[in-house]
Amino acid sequence: MKALRNYIDKIKPNFEKGGKYEKLQSTFDAIETFLYVPKKVTFKGSHIRDSIDMKRTMSVVLIALMPALLFGMWNVGYQHSLSIGESNGIFDNFLFGAIKVIPLIAVSYITGLGIEFIFAQYRGHEVNEGFLVSGMLIPMIVPIDIPLWMLAVATAFAVIFGKEVFGGTGMNVFNPALIARAFIFFAYPAQITGDKIWIAGLTEGKGVIDGFSGATPLGNWGQNVVDNTSFIDMFLGFMPGSIGETSKLAILIGAGILIFTGIGSWRIMISTLLGAVFMTLIFNLFAANEYMKVDPLTHIVMGGFLFGAVFMATDPVSASQTNKGKYIYGFILGIFAIMIRVFNPAYPEGMMLAILLMNTFAPLIDYYIIEANINRRLKRVKKAVN
Amino acid sequence: MSKQIKLKKGLDIKLVGEAERTISTFDNTMEYALKPSDFNGFTPKLLIKEGDEVQVGSPVFYNKADERIVITSPVSGIIKTIVRGEKRVIEEIRISASANQQFIDFGKALPSQLSKEQISEKLLKSGIWALIRQRPYSIIANPSDNPKAIFISAFDTAPLAPDYDFIMHGKGELFQTGIDAIAKLTSGKVYLNLHPEMNTSKVFSYSKNVEINYFTGPHPAGNVGIQIHHLSPINKGDIVWYINPEDVVTIGKLFSEGKYDATKVIAICGSEVLHPKYAKVIGNCNISNLVKNNVKEGHLRYISGNPLTGSKIATNGYLGFYDHQITVIPEGDFHEFFGWALPGLDKFSFSRSYFSWLTPGKKYTIDTNYHGGERAYVITGEYEKVLPMDILPMQLIKAILAEDIDMMEKLGIYEVDEEDFALVEFVDTSKSEIQSIIRNGLDLIRKEMN
Repeated sequence: MKALRNYIDKIKPNFEKGGKYEKLQSTFDAIETFLYVPKKVTFKGSHIRDSIDMKRTMSVVLIALMPALLFGMWNVGYQHSLSIGESNGIFDNFLFGAIKVIPLIAVSYITGLGIEFIFAQYRGHEVNEGFLVSGMLIPMIVPIDIPLWMLAVATAFAVIFGKEVFGGTGMNVFNPALIARAFIFFAYPAQITGDKIWIAGLTEGKGVIDGFSGATPLGNWGQNVVDNTSFIDMFLGFMPGSIGETSKLAILIGAGILIFTGIGSWRIMISTLLGAVFMTLIFNLFAANEYMKVDPLTHIVMGGFLFGAVFMATDPVSASQTNKGKYIYGFILGIFAIMIRVFNPAYPEGMMLAILLMNTFAPLIDYYIIEANINRRLKRVKKAVN
Repeated sequence: MSKQIKLKKGLDIKLVGEAERTISTFDNTMEYALKPSDFNGFTPKLLIKEGDEVQVGSPVFYNKADERIVITSPVSGIIKTIVRGEKRVIEEIRISASANQQFIDFGKALPSQLSKEQISEKLLKSGIWALIRQRPYSIIANPSDNPKAIFISAFDTAPLAPDYDFIMHGKGELFQTGIDAIAKLTSGKVYLNLHPEMNTSKVFSYSKNVEINYFTGPHPAGNVGIQIHHLSPINKGDIVWYINPEDVVTIGKLFSEGKYDATKVIAICGSEVLHPKYAKVIGNCNISNLVKNNVKEGHLRYISGNPLTGSKIATNGYLGFYDHQITVIPEGDFHEFFGWALPGLDKFSFSRSYFSWLTPGKKYTIDTNYHGGERAYVITGEYEKVLPMDILPMQLIKAILAEDIDMMEKLGIYEVDEEDFALVEFVDTSKSEIQSIIRNGLDLIRKEMN
């Protein structure tokens, strides 16, 4: 270890201002701080600091994503096996999925981090760790057969127009990963909607058994077709869908990690769930068509709702920033997600649009919470005067 | 009627090296230094020159903005050196103490028989006035003001802070005399805030002429700023004074003995102190004698005050005017291989992102490393967890950064102080200098007001 440290210290001057490779300063810094926590010490204010930093925070989120990702990999293989009528072992299914998913992750990271490094250098900043999470989220919310170039274009769009034009990490209005998905959704709708795209190889149709539909429960309901997938299958994730979204159990494990470590906002998660339940119950009351009769629990385990509520709505930068605002933000988000699902057959999954919509309104919600705080202080003055 | 206020938000940082309850004494013939930087918003004008002889209570410098406020010598001896920094700013006035201490006689008196003006005059003349500070801004109180209240917190919840019940043992009478004096300075109340478990002795609970209230909860429950917020919040234009309980005793001594006695009991603590304990010293003393042969080897950080809000001083530096504690912790100037990725059983964190949550009662050795690089504000909801006030910390910080005076006022800048945001700075994932930001905000608004 000492040799590595010495080597880094030796080559470091080349990357500093005036050095041979000063244009790679941010890149060098990112690698150095990845390997070693910097030796910088406090000089005033608090002499001691919490051990947490952005790297730790983001790695906890990545760990929380792992159950959903690993299950997703297996499920890609499993769904493919189902479609061609074979029964493969757990390991074979997982291997099939991993081979399909890993290139997606690689493309997302290489494109996104590449752009981030360039912008960090250009701005003279350190590379921010935010994309470590976005870069993992993007492949998890797309269909498995998405062409790699399309994913690369969408990622580049998300990083440049979703994040960097706003000033980089911490300044963006929208969740960057969802910008990537929305980009694909509107630019290449064929690759992200329909019944056939959720299972590897189904669009191509090679070896697919007759009559196999591949439709997701959400897709069926969207066309007001009664879907009979069992609750337990949907909860555990034995159904087609975007890579990371299917297993609600895996997502809940992730949610547990986020809430326990204090990194994910339970306020947003809980209020989003409550919002969805509230809207579903209202629909149940009217029950004008079959879809409106679907109970709240089924809505929660279908599609990407839970994945969105746990991993995407909670993005601290694009969500409401005040604690009270988070309740409101989540609650309305939950309402919109279900409303879009039920009312708009063109968008079987309402979660993506609901989150993006609420990202727009988050600053407004915060504005009112801040005003309320200010008014409480003003009232106190009036009371003191009287 | 005394209230019991339960605070939930906050964080007790459990550090190794709490002072043991014994008091050691030292030879007081050493060097002392007054540091004008201890006083916020203070422009010093010297009244002495190098080589002058001073007695205990001799004026050394005064505030250019208010000539009534003088700082006096805590010891008798000779002005040895005046240390100047950049642009000839006075950094330290070093006084070498003589073996025989000569006290200026300010005259004994019963506070109850004196008027507000007479009390102020006595305090100002002896230099003891500087111990009374005001919120907002944490500057020395203006003798012409009539504060709406005076606050005394009888307990300190900061890491390794001294136990005031212990250091005040047997000083109940002097404390009461001090209270009687300061009570005359306000037409409002004197609030004495206690912690039901940390203040069990009678020193405080038998005090008269005060309103006693109780606070419970983690740090910063012991901060006067938090207590003021809950009992007598500061609106624009309000002024509240505050003073440390040990300094109330110094006031008491002025009236009952007629002299400025800067003797105080301080805690010498921190993970790098071999035998952490209390010490009876004279204020502003050089610390080298106090820590000699009592610290571990290695690269160390000496702090006058507690690790959250104290000031960095040299190995042979001096105790700050308002400080009651010397803390020694390790410097963290080393690279840690994959530090952010380790399980971190020995890494203290407010979050549960390191596995140190498995051992909740454990005491930690925390060094001065930032433990990460500075980043944009990304995480939300983190600051609110350690600030038990109805104030939106992130929004206030952003208003200060934007220098938006109007918004700062609306969001409650007058109620806060650096020390109230020390924990916010500690837990901050973005590693920004939040206490400095708050100070800048306060300075900015004070400039705007004058």
